[in-house]
Amino acid sequence: MAQMTMIQAITDAMRVELKNDPNVLVFGEDVGVNGGVFRATEGLQNEFGEDRVFDTPLAESGIGGLAVGLALQGFRPVPEIQFFGFVYEVMDSISGQAARLRFRTGGKFSAPITFRSPFGGGVHTPDMHADSLEGLMAQQPGIKVVIPSTPYDAKGLLISAIRDNDPVIFLEHMKLYRSFRQEVPEGEYTIPLGKADVKREGTDLSIITYGAMVHESLKAAEELEKEGFSAEVIDLRTVSPIDIETIIASVEKTGRAIVVQEAQKQAGVAANVVAEISDRAILSLEAPVLRVAAPDTIYPFPQAEAAWLPNYKDVIETAKKVLTF
Amino acid sequence: MASKTQNAQLDAKKVLEAVENQFTTLQILNEEGEVVNEAAMPDLSDEQLQELMRRMVYTRILDQRSISLNRQGRLGFYAPTAGQEASQLASQFALEKEDFILPGYRDVPPIVWHGLPLYQAFLWSRGHLAGGQIPDGVNVAIPQIIIGAQYVQTAGVALGLKKRGVKAVALTYTGDGGTSQGDFYEGMNFAGAYNAPAIFIAQNNRFAISTPVEKQTAAKTLAQKAVAAGIAGIQVDGMDPLAVYAAVREARDRAINGEGPTFIETLTYRYGPHTMAGDDPTRYRTAELDNEWEKKDPLVRFRKFLEKKGLWNEERENEVIEQAKEEIKEALKQADAAPKQKVTDLINITYTDLPQNLKEQHEIYSAKESK
Repeated sequence: MAQMTMIQAITDAMRVELKNDPNVLVFGEDVGVNGGVFRATEGLQNEFGEDRVFDTPLAESGIGGLAVGLALQGFRPVPEIQFFGFVYEVMDSISGQAARLRFRTGGKFSAPITFRSPFGGGVHTPDMHADSLEGLMAQQPGIKVVIPSTPYDAKGLLISAIRDNDPVIFLEHMKLYRSFRQEVPEGEYTIPLGKADVKREGTDLSIITYGAMVHESLKAAEELEKEGFSAEVIDLRTVSPIDIETIIASVEKTGRAIVVQEAQKQAGVAANVVAEISDRAILSLEAPVLRVAAPDTIYPFPQAEAAWLPNYKDVIETAKKVLTF
Repeated sequence: MASKTQNAQLDAKKVLEAVENQFTTLQILNEEGEVVNEAAMPDLSDEQLQELMRRMVYTRILDQRSISLNRQGRLGFYAPTAGQEASQLASQFALEKEDFILPGYRDVPPIVWHGLPLYQAFLWSRGHLAGGQIPDGVNVAIPQIIIGAQYVQTAGVALGLKKRGVKAVALTYTGDGGTSQGDFYEGMNFAGAYNAPAIFIAQNNRFAISTPVEKQTAAKTLAQKAVAAGIAGIQVDGMDPLAVYAAVREARDRAINGEGPTFIETLTYRYGPHTMAGDDPTRYRTAELDNEWEKKDPLVRFRKFLEKKGLWNEERENEVIEQAKEEIKEALKQADAAPKQKVTDLINITYTDLPQNLKEQHEIYSAKESK
């Protein structure tokens, strides 16, 4: 086993699948010689050639359309959207086309495309690069939305995403790319899509979260432990579809829950989780289910990011409200 | 200023004019059915010429029947095709079975002639999921609704064919309005950058619903838009089946020989409304313009051409009409026999494997449906 950052684990997952399946193609803006602006595709063109790993013209809709067309020819495309803030340019290819290909052909064709993209905030990108738009994507039937929080999960989830026969939006939090290393097995292993992971067990409170907020929540749980509260941290890993079973089992055990997301509060993934808990486990609850989320503004300018993004202190504050209700 | 514009390199207007003037209309058969460009005559046997005529007559009947079936409520969404037979059918006729067509919503006839069973086209029009279940070995995509999306996907299909080493092309259609979309340019640009075997057709029927092509663009021709993408471009008389066939066949040969994509503008006209959903062309077109274009009718000129060669007559035409009517009746019967659509069917085709939320919803709807 090797120690890897999340971005190395992501590169390794693509390497495994490029080796494993000749139909896998990796492409996007600057993914070839340059290895991607974050270096997620570092070395892949060298290893697999320009036929398998290639640059595209600078046009996100074109990239999405290329992916759908290649899927119609039986390929398994893994396009990169350079920053998820640019996703609006490719929304038709994702939501209008790829998500609906199976449906519109009565189940005859599929679009096994994995759209990879860096997202989330906290790394001082220029205007309109960072954003947490997973809620927007999660509303679209026909696609899955996957968000890893660790190097180990990232590799196993990305391999599963590439092998999945339906389109997957694979969102890679920019702040997590190089924030820590973890043991990551060589070669192939998969982590099922749609399955949450209990990152920390606890008995008093369920903290349901994903992406970079998993780490803020774990930090909060440690602090809460010092004050005598045992918090369970559930990493959704896939935000569409959501693993309701794991959430409900946890809530039935703890009787209290909060949902933590980096995205703005309005609509979104956390709101959906709260609704599901309300639908299914209301009689197990000792307190209202509260949310920790960013304020409902447009994603902030870099100088206000730190104040805007939710952090472990916000998690502790909300957790205490629920724990002492 | 005046002195500076004397400098040819500074005179960007002049460069534009020079480019625009390069694009002239390819015509082989004039309105009287006379060959006016012998050198460009495609290599078609008598049987092939007759078959192309048969398809045009058949499709004109299909259009007439589809309009009346729509009015009777027996068909759903329908975009009339009369007037565009040469543009739609001669372009498909120039393809081989292994070539892949990505149609727009008006381009149902070309995919039917490429192998999509007619009853499925009817089911697609009615809004039944079986309409999109393209049979194995039929190389077509389901008609595109989002104008321009088929152009970017065509770049992908063409690149896929190239990667597979298949000697085939991807061909797509849009209209004059479609050429204003960003995807139109992105698709051609991608195909050009990858030197992919693609043929992009813009059927310039002069109106995007009601907006005339003059308001769509400052470009003198649509064909010249190929220049910006660095690919071959040609304008053809889209009412002339032989010109359309020749242009597509040439484009196909070039693409297969690794010479990259081609953009073809076909000058054509739709006699009917945009769709059968309440469009009234008299709001934006004059009767004079309609008459002017009806004189260019592709069936009329091709019939004259074939009659002079002794390859067509009234009897033959009537046989085709009867056959078309019979087959349309048969296809309707088949479409009527399609199973009633259920919500559980829709749930089953949303993902390969049902996620938890849809599994639960499947249970709810199966219970409702079994009542």
